[in-house]
Amino acid sequence: MKSDIELINSEGRRNDGRGPHDLRKIKIEAGVLHRADGSCSLEWGGNKVLAAVYGPREAVPRHVQNPLRAIVQARYNMAAFSVEDRKRPGPDRRSVEISKVISEALEKVILIEQFPRASIDVNIEVLDAEAGTRCAGLTAAGVALVDAGIPMRDIPVACAAGKIGGKVVLDLGKEEDNFGDADLPIAISPRTGEVLLLQMDGHLTVDEFNEAFDLAVKGCQTVSEIQKKAIMQKYQSAAAEVQE
Amino acid sequence: MTIVPIIKRDYITKLGEQGKRIDGRSFDQYRNIEIETNVVNKAEGSARVKIGNTQVLCGIKMDIGEPFPDTPITGVMSTAAEFIPLASPDFESGPPREDAIELARVVDRGVRESQVIQLEKLCITPGEKVWLVFIDIHILDYDGNLFDAASLAALAALLTTKVPVSRFLKELNENDRNSWQQKLLDLYTIPGVDEVPFGASDTKNNLQAINDFPLPMIEPPISCTAVKINDFVFFDPCFDEEVIADARLTVATDHKGDIRAMQKGLSGSFTRDEIQKVIKGALDNGQEIRKTLNQSIGK
Repeated sequence: MKSDIELINSEGRRNDGRGPHDLRKIKIEAGVLHRADGSCSLEWGGNKVLAAVYGPREAVPRHVQNPLRAIVQARYNMAAFSVEDRKRPGPDRRSVEISKVISEALEKVILIEQFPRASIDVNIEVLDAEAGTRCAGLTAAGVALVDAGIPMRDIPVACAAGKIGGKVVLDLGKEEDNFGDADLPIAISPRTGEVLLLQMDGHLTVDEFNEAFDLAVKGCQTVSEIQKKAIMQKYQSAAAEVQE
Repeated sequence: MTIVPIIKRDYITKLGEQGKRIDGRSFDQYRNIEIETNVVNKAEGSARVKIGNTQVLCGIKMDIGEPFPDTPITGVMSTAAEFIPLASPDFESGPPREDAIELARVVDRGVRESQVIQLEKLCITPGEKVWLVFIDIHILDYDGNLFDAASLAALAALLTTKVPVSRFLKELNENDRNSWQQKLLDLYTIPGVDEVPFGASDTKNNLQAINDFPLPMIEPPISCTAVKINDFVFFDPCFDEEVIADARLTVATDHKGDIRAMQKGLSGSFTRDEIQKVIKGALDNGQEIRKTLNQSIGK
């Protein structure tokens, strides 16, 4: 199967026309929902995700409370119509795992020690999926957390790199993810470069890993700028409204 | 009931006595309605509906499967609604609770009983293979009146749905193809289809070129909801009004001005006159909403 499809040509051009180091098109908008304390809508290539933050609020049931800090409960969910063959609604093993690693990544940057016994709930809804939804979801969550005014050390951001047709490339698309050699999604704290989330599947040599890792970090930095712009945009338009 | 809604109830009824509502609307006025279609690429049809701050997304997926034994020649539709915790601080994750199930069933009934989808045109091989239509409703932002927002989203999504024939070609054997082709040639013409799927010159090669076609639909009824608070009847309740409402009435009307479905909810009651009032308001608002819906699907 792998050899059947050429994912990258000899000139380094990928099937969707991108070069090896190009990201798909990203569009971020902050503060899109009325009821949520903070929200973000994000389009990343063919991915469409929505993130909403509620809290800090009392964690229920009581036994999940931590007397010393807040807990972060991220919930990654895919809409039934977001994939080619309809997905049964509700959590499956994959989404539970992704929810867990995203929660843990966010806990590292949020000042959880300020809110004992509280819960910060981050809901990530994947409305349209096309490879890289966990990176899109975590990136959207970062913006929604800022929009909710949750104190953080940094705005978390995620991006993946991978290997297709023997070459290390940035931000795998659908076919590249399905038929490529390796996928390496990471999330970082862009100010310090600390790694908040890291997963890999496939096959990479140590050198290739290093190359892919550096590439993904670079991708994260680019996405981080787009995140900041979206947040600035929201406050600027809010300021403009006040002036009117 | 906690204390905040009790205070709000006081405020809302006081305003009502002066003929006003909290957001400045008149009693039978809807909030601004926006409909955006084809918002999800992976879905066969989709629509995002905003009524004021309420936002609902509906996606349609289709598949091929077995018909029910008692209706061997009709397609199958099913509706599910998710009150995802993204939409409101009060929504919890987990299996759908009774309010989500009521919503899904009311939307389902509106579509099924009014025969908006011509399910008999979705049979491929009688008793064996039919098209399945899955209507999935996602509440994104809850500021009241989910009934109208959800049914409108479902209709807009269905009206823009393309039956994904080309994607399922390999699942159909020769028998299915002949039966499907015969059906389309003999019995039905579907508006908007340039070439009949599985035409006479079918070969394996040009099967790939067969077009997807629009879901066969008829003019749908539009539902309008009003709530009663004390003696006031408010159309299109926002969240604050809905929380304290005594009774709720949804009326679906068609393009001829006839009533096609009704559902009363909550523990309060309506008088005959109030029901008349709601029906009149549903007819007037329904016409306006129908225009918005037709515009959104480019009709």
